[in-house]
Amino acid sequence: MLLELKASLRSASAEEYLCRLFEKIEKSSLNAFTTLAREKAIEQARQFDKNPGQGLMAGVPIAIKACISTIGIETNCSSRILRGYVPPYDAHVVERLKAEGAIIMGKTNMDEFAMGSSTETSAFGPTKNPWDQTCVPGGSSGGSAACVAGGEAPCALGSDTGGSVRCPASFCGIVGLKPTYGLVSRFGLVAYANSLEQIGPLTHTVEDTALLMEIIAGHDWRDTTSAEKGSYLAGLKGDVRGLKIGIPKEYFGEGVNTEVEKAVWDAVSVLENLGAKWQEVSLPHTRYALAAYYVIAMSEASSNLARFDGLRYGLRQLGEDEDWHTTFSEIRAKGFGPEVKKRILLGTYALSAGYYGRYYLKALKVRTLIKEDFQRAFKDVDLLASPTMPIPAFKIGERINDPLSLYMADVFTVPINLAGVPAVSVPCGFAGRLPIGLQLMGPHFGEATVLRAAHAFEAATPFHERTPEVV
Amino acid sequence: MITKEDVEHISWLASIKIEDEEKDEFVEQFNSILEYFHQLDEVDTDGVEPTYRVVDLANIFREDVARKSLSQEEALKNAPRRENGYFKSPRIV
Repeated sequence: MLLELKASLRSASAEEYLCRLFEKIEKSSLNAFTTLAREKAIEQARQFDKNPGQGLMAGVPIAIKACISTIGIETNCSSRILRGYVPPYDAHVVERLKAEGAIIMGKTNMDEFAMGSSTETSAFGPTKNPWDQTCVPGGSSGGSAACVAGGEAPCALGSDTGGSVRCPASFCGIVGLKPTYGLVSRFGLVAYANSLEQIGPLTHTVEDTALLMEIIAGHDWRDTTSAEKGSYLAGLKGDVRGLKIGIPKEYFGEGVNTEVEKAVWDAVSVLENLGAKWQEVSLPHTRYALAAYYVIAMSEASSNLARFDGLRYGLRQLGEDEDWHTTFSEIRAKGFGPEVKKRILLGTYALSAGYYGRYYLKALKVRTLIKEDFQRAFKDVDLLASPTMPIPAFKIGERINDPLSLYMADVFTVPINLAGVPAVSVPCGFAGRLPIGLQLMGPHFGEATVLRAAHAFEAATPFHERTPEVV
Repeated sequence: MITKEDVEHISWLASIKIEDEEKDEFVEQFNSILEYFHQLDEVDTDGVEPTYRVVDLANIFREDVARKSLSQEEALKNAPRRENGYFKSPRIV
């Protein structure tokens, strides 16, 4: 899609195309964007129309999640505490996109500081699912997924700490990739749980995701965990003959919606008909992944979010200050929403004297066992396949007051972040009118294989062609 | 079991003021989440090393040369209060 769009923009007008998108956004009820960069973007499109460049994304608009820094465009993480914050620098991924000629449209709504799976914890109200506006779009990159699925942007970037790209991709019927930890620089990504998160693309097709990976992946000296990139587009040949796919038995059965389970098994049959082989495998520590994930994520969050004190940027009241601690405690109480407070407080507890060993250290040890589960499985198979989410999109308001039931929805996405391996979600069916996502997981730096299989599946199925009627 | 006093202590450690009416809800939610976390106790982790990083890393060296950084104006641009080119903080003592 993006390659066709890029070609068509050369014969038509990037400005007209972009203006149509902004008109659509302004009339939209999805609430997918927190900030629009309309004037800057249109100016860039005009420049392109006068003198189209040669970049991989020349003239193509893109939406960026509100936790990825963009110079001159408000980057508020959908939080009151960062409302009005305008970064003085670009994230590495944004620099790369601009260097390839991409046009930044604006920033997308998200769960506050990426803490959630429904985009309901945003300080700017929930984003709606384009397939059914009474349902959540998933999260935390819900705005990025909804704007792409709803035709308001041709592609977007999100970030994935425990499923935040794949969950909304699944709920909104598009493609979303969580790259191998280290493959995409986190420089300029506002940190939530830095040992878990990666920036990833949200697109209509697997080819589009591969194209974006060609641009955003690769070494950056400003992220000390940053690795060298591979090749992603060239391998999309549609051939999966001989590929061995593992079906982790722990990812099926109890708790999985029957329509979701059927769609995923049908997808496995499609891959089998294309020449892949499948076998059952076991990831025995799966049931402990969710608890380990939340202990680690909350602990890291409590440390990472300590920087938000309203001093250098963000919310700070006028008037007389109290002492240091009282002033900051009040700013943070007003600036953070309930879910963020909850995670910072629980993380603080888990790291506090007397509890470190019981919670944080224990979770890091369980993380080792989960990582080893994947390493063992990838000795026998090339890929793993499962549902991305155990359920289709749920109703807005249905789970938000019961944090545990909301956390449970992340059961098949969090192990991937704990292990640091790559995983993509591709559309594989519908439950009623709500999309279902197939998750394909690979070993560290196995993106080329993951995308090749996802691309072959997509080429053999019609699910990515359906688009929602957004009114 | 986490108590109201624990929540008050954590709130002090985390520098987030909590209103009285929020405390009961936090106590209830924290206890149910911590109870869920306790299933980690079932896992035998004797002799298992903790994972701090998922991909192997080597030391990364670079030449010690000065690079361009943010200007003072850029660095201060987002500060709600500043004075004479500094961030202005509440008093510490």
